[in-house]
Amino acid sequence: MERKTKIDAREGKQDLVITREFDLPLELLFKAYVIPEIVEQWMGTRVVKLECKPHGSWQYETSDKQGNVVLRTNGVIHEFVPEQKITRTFQMENTPFPVQLEFLVFEKLTGETSKLTMQIVYKSIADRDAMLKLPFAQGINMAHNRLQEVLNTLK
Amino acid sequence: MNLRRDVFQAIADPTRRAILLLLASQSLTAGAIASNFDTARPTVSKHLSILTECELLQQEQTGREIYYHLNPVKMKEIADFIEPFREMWDDRFNKLEAIMKNYQAKKS
Repeated sequence: MERKTKIDAREGKQDLVITREFDLPLELLFKAYVIPEIVEQWMGTRVVKLECKPHGSWQYETSDKQGNVVLRTNGVIHEFVPEQKITRTFQMENTPFPVQLEFLVFEKLTGETSKLTMQIVYKSIADRDAMLKLPFAQGINMAHNRLQEVLNTLK
Repeated sequence: MNLRRDVFQAIADPTRRAILLLLASQSLTAGAIASNFDTARPTVSKHLSILTECELLQQEQTGREIYYHLNPVKMKEIADFIEPFREMWDDRFNKLEAIMKNYQAKKS
C-alpha cells in the first residue's frame, strides 16, 4: 500500500512534522477533529472533554479490554480557527514525558481532497527521540494491536 | 562531546538518506557517490564517515578502490525503528478517512 502518512524528523531538532493527504474535503477532515464521537472512533479513546475554542481544554482516556483506564492524556487548546488550524498542548498523565506543543494546519487541496500538517515540538531532542521510539520500544501501538485482533479473528 | 552517532540522527539528514538510496542497488566508490550530488566532495565524505561510523555502510577494498555498500542488518534495524511510529499515525488517519467517508455517505 502507498505510504500516505509521512514523518519528517530532522537530525538534532526537537520537533517533527507529520503530513498526510486525505481523500476528504477539508470540511470533513476538520470535523473529524471536533466531533467527540468521531474522535473516539479513529483515536480509539474515550473523549472526556473537548472544548474546541481558544483557552479550551481537552482530555482523553484509553482503556484496556477489561475497561481499566490505562492512559489519560490532556491538554489546552491555544488557537482554534475552523478549517484552518488548531494549536494545542498534549500531555500523558502520570508519565515522565514532558508536555508537547502541537501545531495542526488544515489545508484544502481540491474540492475532494485535503491535507493535514502536524508539527510537534518537544521539550528537548532527547524527548523527541524517546517519543519516536515509544511505539517501537513498548509495542504500545494500540491501533496496530486492534488490527491484529481483527486479523486473528479472521484466521 | 560524545562522538558516538545515533543511527536515527544519521538517517534524519536528507543527503544521507539520498546516499543510502543510491547505494540500495549498487556498491560505489566515494568519488562515484559524490558525483551524484552538488554538495562539495568533503561534505559527502563527512556524510559517508558518519554512515560508516554507525554501521549503516560498510567499506570494501577492491584493488585500489574502496567501495561502499549498505549493511542490510543495520538498515533493517532502522527501518523497523521509526516505522511503528509512522504506522501508528497512518493507521489512525486511515481510520479517520474511512469514518468520514461513511459519515459523508450517510448525510448525502
